[in-house]
Amino acid sequence: MQPILKVENITKVFRGSGGAPQIPDSSRRRLRQRQGGPGRPDFTAVDHISFELLPGECLGIIGESGSGKSTVANLVTRLTDPTEGRVMLDGQDITNLRGRELRDVYRKVQMVFQTPTESFDPRRSLGDGIGESLRNRGMSAGETRARVAELLQMCGLPADFAGRYPHQVSGGQCQRAAIARAIAIAPKVLICDEATSALDVTLQKEVLALLRTLRAELHLSILFICHDIALVQQFCDRVLVMYKGRIVEQGAPDDVIRNPQDAYTRRLIESIL
Amino acid sequence: MMNAPTTRIPKIIKNNVRTRLIVFAVLAALLVLCSLLSDHLTPYDPYLQDLSNAKAAPSAEHLFGTDRYGRDMLSRVIVGSRTSIFSTLLLVAIITAVGTVVGVFCGWHGGKLDTILMRISDMFLAFPGLVFALAVAGVLGGGLHNAIFALAAISWPKYARIARSQTLAQKETPYMKAARLSGSGTVKILAVHILPNIVGPILVTSMLDIGTMMMELAGLSFLGLGAKPPIAEWGSMMSENRALFTTVPWITLAPGLAIFVSVMIFNLLGDTVRDWADPRTRGR
Ligand SMILES: Nc1ncnc2c1ncn2[C@@H]1O[C@H](COP(=O)(O)OP(=O)(O)OP(=O)(O)O)[C@@H](O)[C@H]1O
Ligand SMILES: [Mg+2]
Repeated sequence: MQPILKVENITKVFRGSGGAPQIPDSSRRRLRQRQGGPGRPDFTAVDHISFELLPGECLGIIGESGSGKSTVANLVTRLTDPTEGRVMLDGQDITNLRGRELRDVYRKVQMVFQTPTESFDPRRSLGDGIGESLRNRGMSAGETRARVAELLQMCGLPADFAGRYPHQVSGGQCQRAAIARAIAIAPKVLICDEATSALDVTLQKEVLALLRTLRAELHLSILFICHDIALVQQFCDRVLVMYKGRIVEQGAPDDVIRNPQDAYTRRLIESIL
Repeated sequence: MMNAPTTRIPKIIKNNVRTRLIVFAVLAALLVLCSLLSDHLTPYDPYLQDLSNAKAAPSAEHLFGTDRYGRDMLSRVIVGSRTSIFSTLLLVAIITAVGTVVGVFCGWHGGKLDTILMRISDMFLAFPGLVFALAVAGVLGGGLHNAIFALAAISWPKYARIARSQTLAQKETPYMKAARLSGSGTVKILAVHILPNIVGPILVTSMLDIGTMMMELAGLSFLGLGAKPPIAEWGSMMSENRALFTTVPWITLAPGLAIFVSVMIFNLLGDTVRDWADPRTRGR
């Protein structure tokens, strides 16, 4: 089966202060912290990562805080430019797209952010945020309003939440609205960057159930970023373990948990069992 | 949400941002309207001298008294509002617009152009205002236009800095990423997401600047670099007659009061606009 999302050798180096840009050499694949002249050194947040996401699949990414998970999400959606490597979406190389072409890509890939409340413009209502992608694709104001109401209901919120502002709803409700926004234009790939981390355990379960339903209904392929291995085990078909910007292990969640090959994965699992 | 009836009245007085906004906006609009229609509102000809009635104390005929040439102070204050208010508003509008455009551009675009523009603004910030105005007057000659130009040239960097830092902060927020993912182009993001989120502090700054600018223009007029007598202008009226303050204080007090009231109204309007622009305080 042709992968819907394919990431090849992607690398992100955050430039330190001072020093010439350096492309890390691909023969030595390890975390590099180089001195880029005086001041802050360059920092390799993501180091030559490759993976594929199959249609309909749910791929988990786990790893400790700072291991580069959000950076991967930003690279895949081109919110950050990669230092090296390629991103293929639905057979199209999107690594160097800009402007209009890049905006067209966002019909196929959407993201739910780590911090639900901050992912909505504080000066615009949730309805404005959810309908923004529809309006940008030429839907009329009236149609958009109706569609936003539908989307909110799909995500388990009353339709009148469209008129609320982000600070007027709880974190869990805001996360549902964020999911409604992400599925508004029926993307093929949904990236959930710790979509459940900001929520308490019961809300986590509810949001997971919602994602599960939507996944079946909309045939979504999901990249599920999480630092909770138990959630990944419940939800994902396959999992990548990230450590300091690299993938140290991958496989079916049950296998990875039962029989971890990598020392870091073993520690990660021991720490929660 | 309903409150107990007993708390209703104090609440309206205390913190109904909408009401406050309407009140101060109307007051400010009245001021502007008054300056627009000033020619028709004056009880006497503001330039008509009547030396037999010079330095008359405030009375029923001359509410603010008369100056040393016997000109009616009330009429002069009303006519002076045009020069004072309009040149100030024009000046503030110019520096706000220029500063915001430069700042947003620098913050959004970054790179070399950002560095160059910011160094230029540093240069202007480091220049003492009065010295610059003197230099401008020396090169271009005195007069209200050149005074406005000089003040604008040294005042826009403040706005550029605010707009730039605000834009930088906005640029990194998750909702800006969400807006990009929603397929919004640069223009839409700037107009719909960045500007509304940074306009609060900028507007407040410009509202608060109205008073300062009014005083600075008046100061330049006093030095003969701004509005020139006999043109009625509050600042020059004040300085013109400051020597007479101990004997006939109303000549200085009348334009002073006008400045005080206008500055106060614009300051209060500025504060209210800030509260109103923020939905987190709007609902309270
Ligand atoms: N703009 C940036 N400039 C410099 N360094 C950055 C930048 N963004 C992220 N980093 C660094 O890259 C590393 C990976 O960050 P990332 O946000 O991807 O981690 P994460 O795995 O998502 O962590 P968390 O679980 O806490 O969300 C971190 O060490 C972070 O400090
Ligand atoms: Mg993260």
